[in-house]
Amino acid sequence: MLSKYEKELLVTIWDKAADHAEEIGAESLLRMFACFPKTKTYFAHLDISPQSEHLRSHGKKIILAVVEGAKNISTLTTTLAPLSALHAYQLKIHPTNFKLLSHCILVTLACRMKDEFTPVAHAALDKFLSALAAVLAEKYR
Amino acid sequence: MVVWTDAERAAITGIFSKLNCDVVGPNALARCLIVYPWTQRYFAKFGNLYNAAAIMGNPMVAAHGKVVLRGLDKALKNMDDIKKAYTQLSELHSEKLHVDPDNFKLLADCITIVVAGQMGSAFTAEIQAAWQKFLAVVVSALCRQYY
Repeated sequence: MLSKYEKELLVTIWDKAADHAEEIGAESLLRMFACFPKTKTYFAHLDISPQSEHLRSHGKKIILAVVEGAKNISTLTTTLAPLSALHAYQLKIHPTNFKLLSHCILVTLACRMKDEFTPVAHAALDKFLSALAAVLAEKYR
Repeated sequence: MVVWTDAERAAITGIFSKLNCDVVGPNALARCLIVYPWTQRYFAKFGNLYNAAAIMGNPMVAAHGKVVLRGLDKALKNMDDIKKAYTQLSELHSEKLHVDPDNFKLLADCITIVVAGQMGSAFTAEIQAAWQKFLAVVVSALCRQYY
């Protein structure tokens, strides 16, 4: 459950992050590939080396979707319906991987936000990313 | 047997040399209790855990956070056989404290995030990978004596 305060905090955080969507997205993915090599199996068709065009554009896509989710927290299911369908019917990513990327997004934000990444912000972000992951996995079965 | 590359050893010892252990431990434990409130079940005797501010200001949480970091330091000093070094600690968590081992990972994630916040961009993907591997070994060692 997200309080009104937490929802507003999330909008503030992700509004700022939107300006750096490409770097944040690429860094999060890079961290995930380094820490959890099995996640690379989903990207065999792309060049995911550091600074690659694929990595940056894919990272940007992911973060912009998260930003959109933050702006529409009360209607996550409908806002992300197309992405839910994509992940369920086409990408078929094992849902445990959502946690791994969420964790790496949090680490990326922690490195960038430093002291501003307070425990309260951390809790709100963790809850939000979990809710997002749940929506993405909703249509799996 | 865990095999550490030279780069991994260097990354992990490097992180410890930069850490202010008296800050990281308390910070990480407080975060764990705030972000994953169900972990508070193990700290019923710690007094006021009512909200984030109370948890962050709680002296028992802070003191215990330092204990946890000292435990991590023990793993660092016994990197080539963390399993053996942690036998008693594992028994303690299982037989005396009755901690659900799924919670170890949550505290480990909070420690990682606090380290990331302290190190900023110096906490590269490669260094994070080594650190996460180290914490995974620590968590696994803590889980060993659960029957």
